[in-house]
Amino acid sequence: MTVETPARFSPLSQWRDSFAQLPTGVQVRELPCLTQLTLRAEPGSTAARSIEASLGITLPGPLRAEVSEDVEVLWMGPDEWLLVAPEVSRHDLLARLRSAIGDEFATVTDVSAQRTTLALSGRLVPEVLARGCAIDLDPRVTPVGSCLTTLLAQAPITLVVRGEGASSVWLLVRASFASYLATWLLDACTEYRGS
Amino acid sequence: MNTPFRAHGHGHVDRDTTLSFTFDGITHTGHPGDTLASALLANGVHRVAGSIKYGRPRGVLAAGAEEPNALVQIEAPFPEPMLTATTVELYDGLVARGLSGQGRLSSRPDPARYDTMHAHCDLLVVGAGPAGLATTLAAARAGARVILIDELPRPGGSLLGGQELLDGAPATVWADGVVAELDAHADVQVLRRTTAFGHYDDGLVLALEKRTDHLGATAPAHISRQRVWRIRAKQVVYATGAYERPVAFDNNDRPGIMLAGSARTYLNRFGVLPGRRAVVFTTNDSAYPAALELADAGIRIAAVIDAREEVPEHWRAACHERGIGIRAGHVVTGTSGVERVTRAHVAAFGRGRLGERQGIGCDLLLVSGGWNPAVALFSQARGALRYDTGIGAFVPAHALDGVRTAGSASGTFTLAGALADGVDAARRALSAIGRTCRTTALPSPAPLPDAAPAHVLWRVPSPQDDQDGAKQFVDLQRDALVSDVLRATGAGLRSVEHVKRYTTIGTAHDQGRTSGVMTSGIVAEALGVDVADLGTTRSRPPALPVAFAALAGRNRGELFDPIRVTALHPWHVEHGARFEDVGQWKRPWYYPRADETMDEAVLRECRAARTGVAMMDGSTLGKINVQGPDAGVLLDRLYTNMMSTLKVGRIRYGVMCGVDGMAIDDGTVIRVAEREFLLTTTTGNAAKVLAWMEEWLQTEWPDLRVHLTSVTEHWVTIPLVGPRSRDVLALVAPGLDVGKDAFPFMSWRDATVAGVAARVCRISFSGELAYEINVPAWDGITVWKALHTAGGAFGITPYGTETMHVLRAEKAYPIIGQDTDGTVTPQDLGMSWVVSKKKPDFVGKRSFTRAENRRGDRKQLVGLLPADERVLLPEGAQIIATSEIPAPPVPMLGHITSSYRSDALRRTFALALVRSGTQRIGETLYVPLDGRTVPVTVTEPVLFDKEGTRRDG
Repeated sequence: MTVETPARFSPLSQWRDSFAQLPTGVQVRELPCLTQLTLRAEPGSTAARSIEASLGITLPGPLRAEVSEDVEVLWMGPDEWLLVAPEVSRHDLLARLRSAIGDEFATVTDVSAQRTTLALSGRLVPEVLARGCAIDLDPRVTPVGSCLTTLLAQAPITLVVRGEGASSVWLLVRASFASYLATWLLDACTEYRGS
Repeated sequence: MNTPFRAHGHGHVDRDTTLSFTFDGITHTGHPGDTLASALLANGVHRVAGSIKYGRPRGVLAAGAEEPNALVQIEAPFPEPMLTATTVELYDGLVARGLSGQGRLSSRPDPARYDTMHAHCDLLVVGAGPAGLATTLAAARAGARVILIDELPRPGGSLLGGQELLDGAPATVWADGVVAELDAHADVQVLRRTTAFGHYDDGLVLALEKRTDHLGATAPAHISRQRVWRIRAKQVVYATGAYERPVAFDNNDRPGIMLAGSARTYLNRFGVLPGRRAVVFTTNDSAYPAALELADAGIRIAAVIDAREEVPEHWRAACHERGIGIRAGHVVTGTSGVERVTRAHVAAFGRGRLGERQGIGCDLLLVSGGWNPAVALFSQARGALRYDTGIGAFVPAHALDGVRTAGSASGTFTLAGALADGVDAARRALSAIGRTCRTTALPSPAPLPDAAPAHVLWRVPSPQDDQDGAKQFVDLQRDALVSDVLRATGAGLRSVEHVKRYTTIGTAHDQGRTSGVMTSGIVAEALGVDVADLGTTRSRPPALPVAFAALAGRNRGELFDPIRVTALHPWHVEHGARFEDVGQWKRPWYYPRADETMDEAVLRECRAARTGVAMMDGSTLGKINVQGPDAGVLLDRLYTNMMSTLKVGRIRYGVMCGVDGMAIDDGTVIRVAEREFLLTTTTGNAAKVLAWMEEWLQTEWPDLRVHLTSVTEHWVTIPLVGPRSRDVLALVAPGLDVGKDAFPFMSWRDATVAGVAARVCRISFSGELAYEINVPAWDGITVWKALHTAGGAFGITPYGTETMHVLRAEKAYPIIGQDTDGTVTPQDLGMSWVVSKKKPDFVGKRSFTRAENRRGDRKQLVGLLPADERVLLPEGAQIIATSEIPAPPVPMLGHITSSYRSDALRRTFALALVRSGTQRIGETLYVPLDGRTVPVTVTEPVLFDKEGTRRDG
């Protein structure tokens, strides 16, 4: 028997229209329901090496993100990464990781609904972020591939720099803070929307 | 309109545009580029307000942020108190009035936006005078990331107020050229109208930018009015210039008495003549250019009174040329005039004695007692100061690793010196961060004659017979006198910090810019010590007044504090929930129907849960995934009871204690798999419990192979409660065997609920048959709606936190943090059963053997039933033994921790922590309430379904 899976509701699904009205210099889009898995492993351990081989990627070091074909690996702490992948690959990725880990000590936790992801792009992005984020987004300091867990306004976020000069970033925010963050973002763009 | 005191051919104001403004009810005109002060002076208005303590008329003393007198209240376009007229840029339609000290805030909310901006640089330069421009230019050409901030709308600093030439052209031409070059550098940012007000650790400097203040009523609403810049700089150069200081003499506070350099600024920057006939009183060379330029612009200089015996020949010659008489070795001893100075009293002064006095008529008395480097921010950065006898002022003793000064702020007062010092500061700052800085060609000022030494003079002795210094003002804003300083030293105060607090000198809006160092000098003289040893007061942020609105920035209204919501929040809003703040969470409190009171709604919700079926949003519960081969070991060590023996598929309640044996959290633990557990925490403790567990894991037991992951927000959690909950669940989860034996209490099942993969737990926080349905947050609303629809036939009722509290209190399930306060053990809560006697050790175990923890007369959790079943006792109320309140100290037996109306019990009830509570069951105790006492019966804490018969439905 196949049962039709009900539609999923991401934390910011009701904000799409508001985001659409932002100026071209700062485009905001929610990437809903991405697969997000917390991986905990000792860097360099058998489990870590096995996972790297399985994903075809080197687990990134501090403050970095690495992208392979189908999965983005964000450094979250000395032995912690967040694996971000398309919604459809959740079970496959979980299975690959668990199989790579085998009986070694490393753990995977599905936290896909814990955070939502906002993709910001446009020339105004660094300035908008500077209104609430203390990180220096200059490309010489924070190049593409930087991954920082910090605060934007008063919301804890993970910031991934995806475009040169932070012209394109991902913000991963815990679901409960998402509407606060969206409210803040729209407010931060007030000056660019004109009178 | 004619403004009688404009000097034609001078100033950087835009004469082609006229602005209209109102001061103290009279309409005047000015021009763009004016400050309120310069526009008032251009209209001949000197008196701004009466002084705060003595009501003496006061005018404009200075031309910038050092102004101690000219405080104004802005009335329109929007009320704002206590601004200095010298720093308010003039705009059309400005309405202001003079202030005696305090002003008033608007009673209307401020409609303006205020915001914040973070910025980063290699080098922050504060001050765009000659030194700051030279520093910035050199650093910019070296390729550094530089931010230059300046308080004025136009860079140039002191150059705007003088007539110096650089390479034969006005120095402002050079300044404009530098700024044009800086603006073309991608890595250089020049912030105008921006004042640094705080220097903090690690090169963090806070600055206030006034973005639209100068636009008045035409300021666009969508642009922030003011912005706080949070600038993180690897190196900071304070090129903040110097403030001229006055000399104290009798009646030195009258309108028309002005700092000489400020008068020069009014002429050169604003094209304003601050008077017609001036006496100049100086102790140093700097007043001579002022006197000469003002004379050339048409002010009659009646005399230059120079405290020095020797006046340099070139100044003598220049004055002679203009018919200006110089009286060397003389001082001003006092003044005449009430609303405006009319006469300066002059006498010879040598070896501490005053000669015969003579009056000189004037409407302007210019004073220069020397210059104090502006070192407030350097001092905030913990930079040490030393007294420089050559200039009679405090200067930075040496640069800090990341903070230095340049130009006048370092005590280098010549233009050529300031330019060279600025470049040098850039070179040193960049060198400190491993960068090099090539030589920058500097423009040449006109050659200056050698400067003659200044005479350090803090005050002139009072010529009158009355109390010494009783008419000599030190801090004009505070109306503090030389005699106040002498009273402080007379009372035995030896520290300038103490004298500051005793006299309030330097505590006003101007932070003592014109009075602080003078106070040091007067104290040193009074004590007979060297001012170099005495020192001056340490500066603290903020260096200038900053509105709270600016500090708050966007953190106001709905952005004041993050509002955290669950995935079900929109449904709660749609269905009229009232919300309760639980930390940052908004949780549904209760769902009133039309016209229902809160009491009525809660009783209805309770009845539904006990007699039918009800549901709530429990998503805020903290959830921690615990994985690894040693997961059970960790949990055994952190919970008081045994967790490692829990079977996969089963659930256990647990309590965590601190090392002192006091309960810190409770919740359920489910065993997901052999190596995986999922535990819940109370909503408010989620982060604290995770940190607590991580601390033990990382610092005490790093050998344990366990990983902890917060999954709080991955799950939406829906308790489905009541005798009909099984029927509802069966409808939405047709594949799940919900039978009592197939799905027993304290077990969990993976099931498809409303088409969604869910984890269903059979746990109860109400004593009723209940399920807790957990689904990934994005499926939450689907499942919630499905339950609501399926439950329709059974009258399913959504309920909030208040009903949850009532239901659990009827069963004496404690809320950690409400029924406990960090001094309560599990045994005190009547839960000895949750403390393992088998486990070799766990956090808190040692404390349970302490005599104090075993005392029978500890406070224990009991139930209380008021004799009058309608009386709802307030939570927090005290409990006493007698019906009469005895004389204080009243022996108090405990307090009420929870108190509700119960639908099931048809009465009110309470939980309380009572001394020897378990031994008092059946006793009558008393609760003082509104001047009487309410008798209450002590009961077992569990008041409803003591036998637990309802658990299985």
